[in-house]
Parts: sequence; C-alpha cells; structure tokens
Amino acid sequence: MIEWIIGIFLAIGVFFNLLASVGILRFPDVYTRIHAATKCTTFGTIFIVLATVTYSVYSYYWIQKDPAWITIGIHSALVVIFLVLTNPVGAHAIGRAARKSGIAPYGAVIDELEGKL
Amino acid sequence: MSFIAVFIWSYVLWLVLTAGSRGLLWSSQELVAGVIFSAIIAFATRDVIGEKASRFLNPVKWAGFIAYTPVLFWGMVKANLDVAYRVITGRIKPGIVRVPVDLENDAQYTILSNSITLTPGTLTVDACPEEKALYVHWINVTDKEPKSSEVIAGSFEKWARRLGR
Repeated sequence: MIEWIIGIFLAIGVFFNLLASVGILRFPDVYTRIHAATKCTTFGTIFIVLATVTYSVYSYYWIQKDPAWITIGIHSALVVIFLVLTNPVGAHAIGRAARKSGIAPYGAVIDELEGKL
Repeated sequence: MSFIAVFIWSYVLWLVLTAGSRGLLWSSQELVAGVIFSAIIAFATRDVIGEKASRFLNPVKWAGFIAYTPVLFWGMVKANLDVAYRVITGRIKPGIVRVPVDLENDAQYTILSNSITLTPGTLTVDACPEEKALYVHWINVTDKEPKSSEVIAGSFEKWARRLGR
C-alpha cells in the first residue's frame, strides 16, 4: 500500500522533471525554454519531496519510533518551500537579462518590450 | 520593530530546523542557543528587512497565506498539464504583452509576479511599479492588449493585493 503511494508520487515527480528536459530540447528560444524549465522542475520536485515526507512519516509510526525520521521529513519540506520561493525569481532574472541583451522572442506576435529596456 | 520581526522569523525557522532534539520537541539547550543566534541575526539584518516588514506578523495574514497555498497549487497543476501539452504538440504562439495592474507596494508585486511565473503559460519578464504594469511573456497569446490581469492570472491579483497589504 505505502509502496504504491510513494511510487505514484515518485512517478509523477520524475515524469514532470523529464518533461522539463524534453521541453528544453524541443522549444525554440530562451523564453519558452524557461517556461518549461521553471514550472515543470518546481512541480516535479514538490512531488519527489512529498514521497520523501510520506516515507519518513510512515517509517516513524510503523517501523521505528526514531525522531530522526521526522527531522528528515521537516527538512525536505523546508527545501520545497525555499525552492518555490526562489525558483520563479531566478526565472524572472534570467528572462529579464535575456531581454536586456537584445534577444527577441522567437515568432512573437507582439513584443511590447521592443526598444524599452 | 523590524528587529522583532526578524527575530521572530529566524527563531521560528530555528525551531523548525532543530525539532526532534528531545523526543519530538526541543531540548532546553537548543531553545537558549536559538534565542542567542536569532538575536545576532536580527541585530545584523534589521536594516535590510525594512521597517514595514512587521505587518507580516499579523496572524490574519498567515491564515491568508495558508488559504492561498491550495489556490496556487491548483494553478501549478494546470500550468504543468498546459506545458506538457505544448511540449508534446509544439503548438505555441508566443509574445510579450503589457499587463496593467493595480497594486501599491513591492511585496504585492513580488507575490503577483512569482504567482504569474508559476501558473499557466506565463512568465514575468519585467515589472514596472512606476507605470503600474507587468511585462509578461505569454506562450499562447490570445489577447494582445489585456485591459486587466484577469486573462493572464485569473484571481491572483486580488490575492496579491490582499496578502501584501
């Protein structure tokens, strides 16, 4: 039972991380690649950490009453909070730097930032 | 006042990081060491965090952030299915659009642009608080000159305005 839950979480996480890599290969320019890289890696990592948390809580209650299991769970949950807070800021910085150095979005139907930065 | 804000924030973080040193709770040595280190951190960074940061100590605001979490998570689920669809089919129509927003302070801009980056098909490229606008790279442009952030971000502007006030 618990193996199935953890397995499903890991499968979702790895699938979205794989999707991010495929997206980086398939998309045409830097902005669309940032789309794939930011959203999918954040989401996939949330599910991988969710699997870790599930496993640590399960181990604490049914295998061995050792607080170290709870520590593992809490620390991984903190990692995911920091990742969700910092990942979009990094994406924003890369996108803004790319636009400032004059890279036009590929196949753009509209570009409001043309000549502004 | 900002000293107290940083102190509480870093002490809570310390408590979360050191939970489990006595059973599931904290040993008294950990608690005392936490007070000392949080005081040092708070004294060193009280000018960095700014005077208005203490408004985030309001418990009503924490309830707001907790209520915001499932909204943001559901947005992220939709965003990822959207990106999955576009990676597989390769059907994109990108562009950078100017989105007028009605926000007052920097915290609201931060919350809104981070939410926009994490939710369907949009990426904040530049934020201009002077002209009250965000420049958003949209992967599938359906509206070239949006009048509000409704088409881009759904209800996130309302959430950002409430949370960052």
